Amino acid sequence: MTMLTNLSRRTVLKGIAGTGGFVIGARIGADQLLGLPANAAEGKLDANLFVAVDGDGSVTITCARSEMGQGVRTSLPMIIADEMEADWARCSVVQADAEQKWNDFGQELDTDGSRSVRRDINHLRAAGAGARKMLEMAAAEMWGVPAEECVAQNHRVSHAPSGRSADFGELVATASGLEAPDPATVQVKDRSDWKYIANESAYTPDAYVDLVDMTTGKGTFGADTMLDGMKTAVVARSPVYRGKVESYDDSAAMAITGVRGTVELPMPELPIAFKQLGGVAVIADNTWAALEGRKALQVQWSDSENSALDSPSYDAALRKAAAEPGTTIRERGSYELARDKASAQEFTREYFVPFFIHTPMEPPAAVANYQDGKVEIWAASQHPMAVRDTIAEVLGIEKENVLVHITLLGGGFGRKSKADYAVEAAYLSREVGAPVRLVWTREDEVQNGYYHAASAQSISAVIDAGRVSGWRHGVAFPSILGLWVPEQKIGFNIEHGLGLIDMPYNSIENIRIENGDANLHTRIGWYRSVNNIQHSFAINSFANELAHEIGRDPVEFQLELIGEPAIIDLTKEGVEDYWNYGDPIEDYPIDTGRLAAVLRKARDVSGYGKSLPKGHGLGLAVHRSFLSYIAQAVRVQVADDGNYTVTRVDTVLDCGLGANPERIRAQCEGAAVYGNTIARFGQITYGQGAVNESNFHDYPVSRIDDSPLNVHLHRIENDHIPSGVGEPMVPPFAPALANAIFDATGKRIRNLPIRPEDIAAG
Amino acid sequence: MNLTVNGSPQEFGGDPNMPLLWYVRDVLGLTGSKFACGTGLCGSCTVHVGGEAVRACVTPVSAAEGMEVTTIEGLDAEGNHPVQRAWRAHNVPQCGYCQSGQIMQAAALLSQNPDPSDQEILDGMSGNICRCGTYQRIFAAVKTAAKEV
Repeated sequence: MTMLTNLSRRTVLKGIAGTGGFVIGARIGADQLLGLPANAAEGKLDANLFVAVDGDGSVTITCARSEMGQGVRTSLPMIIADEMEADWARCSVVQADAEQKWNDFGQELDTDGSRSVRRDINHLRAAGAGARKMLEMAAAEMWGVPAEECVAQNHRVSHAPSGRSADFGELVATASGLEAPDPATVQVKDRSDWKYIANESAYTPDAYVDLVDMTTGKGTFGADTMLDGMKTAVVARSPVYRGKVESYDDSAAMAITGVRGTVELPMPELPIAFKQLGGVAVIADNTWAALEGRKALQVQWSDSENSALDSPSYDAALRKAAAEPGTTIRERGSYELARDKASAQEFTREYFVPFFIHTPMEPPAAVANYQDGKVEIWAASQHPMAVRDTIAEVLGIEKENVLVHITLLGGGFGRKSKADYAVEAAYLSREVGAPVRLVWTREDEVQNGYYHAASAQSISAVIDAGRVSGWRHGVAFPSILGLWVPEQKIGFNIEHGLGLIDMPYNSIENIRIENGDANLHTRIGWYRSVNNIQHSFAINSFANELAHEIGRDPVEFQLELIGEPAIIDLTKEGVEDYWNYGDPIEDYPIDTGRLAAVLRKARDVSGYGKSLPKGHGLGLAVHRSFLSYIAQAVRVQVADDGNYTVTRVDTVLDCGLGANPERIRAQCEGAAVYGNTIARFGQITYGQGAVNESNFHDYPVSRIDDSPLNVHLHRIENDHIPSGVGEPMVPPFAPALANAIFDATGKRIRNLPIRPEDIAAG
Repeated sequence: MNLTVNGSPQEFGGDPNMPLLWYVRDVLGLTGSKFACGTGLCGSCTVHVGGEAVRACVTPVSAAEGMEVTTIEGLDAEGNHPVQRAWRAHNVPQCGYCQSGQIMQAAALLSQNPDPSDQEILDGMSGNICRCGTYQRIFAAVKTAAKEV
């Protein structure tokens, strides 16, 4: 339930509404407050989501999620505006700061996991509807008529029996004196009455709050905040994770004009979590001087327990661990019994996906100002509370003394869920005694990041009488949990729940999924769609390969593996802690019917089954992730030298209710390009503990001339509640492309990235 | 040294090797030009020098001596250059970070070749990276803008 409160007389909102304005606050995510009357503890129960109406009728709405390209600063506030009957053209948006009240009410600001719309939509609708009801109540009081006869529509409240009507702005003086309504009496709109939500035609370019700024250079990103007296800092960090500063000589650096000093950043104790890596910072008047100073800095780094990390041997160890017995994490029936039947044949293949790094267009950046024991920071962060809490921990100050403002992110992809760079900025501001802009270069970002885990997978199937009777899937990868538990050897339930233990081939009677051990030698972090990338790649590739092996049509065979429409109950198969993307399994079951439906539709819209010219191929893949169901059909043209072009992508998406269909389309187009980078280029390697790659010349990403530019979205229309959009359209791309290349050339792909020379090698 | 930035005469007495990007961002406070690779590989910093698109992150400010420099802030006084209008009509940006550079690159491309072929658009824009993957709309927006310039 969403608690509402009238905050018009409170001082906390200075600057949001002008004097005389009306402000309604909603407490969202407030399970512990259920049943309390709305204004029960004014002053104690602070609100965390604000809708303000000013005397001129202008409406201001807070956005409590970070803008990293998904359009959230438009999509979420428009949900409120719709329920409120506000005219979006008269609404503006302010970005929420990280403040304690968000935590108090259990509301996450973390913009991650493709969850903003699905987690927030009900609260936002209730807040908007509450504001609408208060404006109707205000009109009723002003006119002395029953409130139920007053109806808000298009920024006015009207009373039909008397013919009176008033603009929202005319009602704020009265509304600001009213008690907020009991949330139980607040009615949200019927879906058929929505003007904005789920209505693609509402999301015109004019609707987007950041579009003009983004096309005129006016948007403020992580490095764009300008403070008086601000210095710029860059940090020299050990090329090997956990290498220590043994000594350093800054005399040459200090000789550079504009360099003001150097500061050693301490290397924190483990667990590393989101704390800084440590190193030596160069402080300068401008970015150029800081970069030149760092170039001139001489630092002696110690070896560490990670200095031996070397990709060929590390990758081989992962492959071995995936193939050998590991920790069983899901078991149905008995794989061995199925395999050991006289009529059975076993078929095994191995897959490998390397480390990736995020490369958001803006490398990590933040501006911090430490003064008198308090930090104010402007950060490009997906995770404002982690910024606040980690700064407080490292600096040894109270969380309340850290105020975090969120800028535009310049891309996130999971990198900016971590607070390390913001901690560096705050720490250096304290040491320097001035505001500090902390800048990472691309080389820093590529070589000192939180990496998408490299993974080896070994899948075996038992074929018996033309059907798959057994399935064994072994994986090995370094775990994200290592950020908090350095000795961690296998993945944890969240990673296992990213398309692995929730493997949907429900018709198979005997299933075992195992996780082999892997050592940790670097920081592992989540990366857009996370382990779903490798799990979707291996499972979809293997199903395709298996179909060809036994002479079946791949799509029909995959539909047969998925089986009849059913809900998969993993608790019956030894899985006690399936996380389901943090949402209730009752609300979002694993529904094989929805999965099969998107695959069938992808088959139908893609022209599957028709003969293609020589060198052309079509491949499909299907995957459930972030509670959504996606199938992709990728068409490819492969030249004799192995160079390939993706000529068309059809993406079928079942994400239930989609709040902003226009941005869903944009996410679909972008996910195909992101998937293309993963499939074609993504590869971080290590030598002697250090990352070998450094910038876009040796860690290439998709460009316009190698990207899919013919991407089509096909939505499944249904009444399901909203599920994820930002990430789940990524994982099917690589296997669909690999299957398409097989279709075109007969060359089977089992390792990413897919290089032309590997295809040409035949 | 003297140069002109967005129509305003400027005098600079600092390090002539400072890349133009840091000059416009840190010295002039024009933050619309973006840093993303520092090596001329991604185009986020693209500005015009003498009407030509250059990568400001690898162009020393001395190379612009006596020249007219245009950044995204100066492309059009009202922010309504045909390329900017086309970018909005197609709702190109996602995170928005690379788009100043994309727009400056497209504007330079179209000023030199007002009617580019599909391949010329791909070639002309292939130096500019967008990690959100807005290329499909960039391609469409360049075509739309080409009809207007």
